[in-house]
Amino acid sequence: MRMDKFMRMLLVSTASISILIVALIFLFLGKEAFPFGFDPGLGKLFDTKWIPVSFQEERFGIYPLVAGSSLVTLLAMLISIPLSVVGAIYIAEVAQPVEREILKPFIEILASIPSVVLGFFGLVVLAPLVKNVFGLSSGLNALTAALLLALMALPTIITISEDALASVPKSFKQASLSLGASDLQTIFRVTVPAALPGIIAAIMLGIGRVIGETMAVLMVSGNSAIISFFPLDSVRTMTATIAAEMGEVPFGSHHYQALFWIGIVLLLVTFVLNILSRLVLKKYGMAQ
Amino acid sequence: MVNTKKSTQKTTKPIIQAMDVSFFYGTAQALFNISLDIAPQRVTALIGPSGCGKSTFLRCLNRMNDIIPKTRLTGKVLISDRDIYGEKENIVDLRKQVGMVFQKSNPFPKSIFDNVAYGPRIHKLNDKKKLAEVVEKSLRRAALWDEVKDRLSNNAMGLSGGQQQRLCIARALAVDPKILLMDEPASALDPKSTTHIEDLIGELRADYTIVIVTHNMQQAARVSDETAFFYEGHLVEFSPTKEIFTKPKQKQTEDYITGRFG
Repeated sequence: MRMDKFMRMLLVSTASISILIVALIFLFLGKEAFPFGFDPGLGKLFDTKWIPVSFQEERFGIYPLVAGSSLVTLLAMLISIPLSVVGAIYIAEVAQPVEREILKPFIEILASIPSVVLGFFGLVVLAPLVKNVFGLSSGLNALTAALLLALMALPTIITISEDALASVPKSFKQASLSLGASDLQTIFRVTVPAALPGIIAAIMLGIGRVIGETMAVLMVSGNSAIISFFPLDSVRTMTATIAAEMGEVPFGSHHYQALFWIGIVLLLVTFVLNILSRLVLKKYGMAQ
Repeated sequence: MVNTKKSTQKTTKPIIQAMDVSFFYGTAQALFNISLDIAPQRVTALIGPSGCGKSTFLRCLNRMNDIIPKTRLTGKVLISDRDIYGEKENIVDLRKQVGMVFQKSNPFPKSIFDNVAYGPRIHKLNDKKKLAEVVEKSLRRAALWDEVKDRLSNNAMGLSGGQQQRLCIARALAVDPKILLMDEPASALDPKSTTHIEDLIGELRADYTIVIVTHNMQQAARVSDETAFFYEGHLVEFSPTKEIFTKPKQKQTEDYITGRFG
C-alpha cells in the first residue's frame, strides 16, 4: 500500500510538471509583454508599419507580419491540401501493397528532415527556380516560402488523412460496390465522406505546422515587413520576426516587449486552430 | 404455403446456372466443381458448417470475390443466360441485377434517404421527384416506410439493428435487381428482428429470386423452397427444402441436419 502511495505521488508530480511548464510559459510571456500595455500602449500594435529600430519614430504595427504569415500560410495550404489529400487517397485506396510499402516510408522520411535543411534546399534550389520562372531579381518571396512550407505540411496531412481513410470500414465499400458503384464512385461518395473528419483534422494540424514554422521561412521569404497579398512580393512572418530580432533586441525595451506580443498572438492563433480541430473531431465522433 | 402451387422448378427456366464452378483463394481451393440451377422467384438456402464454401459461392454470383486479391474462378456462371465471368460482361450491369445484403448491416453514415437513394444516384437518376418515389417504394417494399417516413433526413446510424438491416434491403431493392443475395442477413439480429426479416423474405419471393446463406437450419426450413447443402467446398445435396429436411438422400446431409456435426 505504501508503495502504491509513493508511485501515485511520483506519477502525479511527473504529470503535473507538463501543466506547470505550460502555465509558466503563459506567465512568462504575459510578464514580458505586459508593460507594453502602459507604455507605449497596446494601440501601437495596431499599426501598418513595423519599424522597431528608428531614429525618428519607432513603430510596432504587427499588421505587416500578420499579413505575411497569412499570405504564406494560405498559399502553402492551397498547394499542399489538394496534393496531400489526393496523395492520401491514392496510398489508402488505389496503390498496390508494394507501392504502399515504398511510398509510406519515404513520406515519413520527409517528415523527419530538419527544417533548417529544408530551408537550405529552398535557398539553393527553390528560390533560383522561382526567380527564373517568373523572371524576378530575387527568388526570396512569399511563393518560395509557401512552396517550402507546403512540402513540410505534406507528410503531416498525408499520414493522418491516410489513417482516416484506411479506418473506414470495409463493409461500406462492399455495400457500395455491391450496388454497382465503380471503385472511383465508391472512393468519392462513400470512403472520403466517411473519413472527412479525420481529413479535416489532418489539414488543421498541417496549418498549425505551417504557421508555427520559423527557420525555413526566415531563410526564403525575403523578410521585408510590408503589407502585401501578392505572392511574388517579399514578406516577413511573425515567427521569422521573433527569430531574427530577438537576439539583438535590448532587454526590456519596447521592441523586446512587442516581440513578446507577437508571440502571444501566435500562441492564440495555434490555440484556436487546435480547439477547432478538436471540435471537428468531437462533432463527428472520431473518438469512437 | 403459397409456393407449393407454383410450377415446379423443372419446368421453369433457371435464372442462375452454375456450371462446374471451382474457386481458389491463392492456391487454396474453396469450391470444387459446383453445378447448380436456381429457378426464378424462389428462395434458395445455402447451408453447411463454417468454412464449407457457401458464402464464397454466394459471392461468386455477383462477383464480389473479385475485390479479394489473388482469387480465381473456373467454370461458368450464367445469370439470365449471360456468362457473368465472360469477357463482355459489364460488372456494373451485373451488380445492378444482382443485389446483395450482408451479414452485418452496413448502412452508410448518411441520412436514411441518401442511403436508399445511393444506388439510383450512382446509376444516374437525379430527378428529385423520381428519386423520392424510388426511395418510398423501396422502403415500403422492405417494410420500413412506416417507421422512418417522418425522419428520412436522420442519420441511418441511429436506427436499431433490425431497422438497419431492413434499410440495407431497401437500399439493395432501390436499384431494382432481379436477384437478391443474402449472406446470413439475420445472424446478428435479435429474435424479433429476425422474424421481421424472415417475413420480409416471404413477401419478396413473389418478385425476386432470393439466395440466402444461413447458419440457422430452422431458418432455412422456414423461408426456403430449395436447399443446397455444402460441405468442405463440395455441393453434397440440392433438393426441395421439404425433402432435404425430412428425407435427405445423403448420409452427410442427414448427419448435419440432425446436429451430429457442424
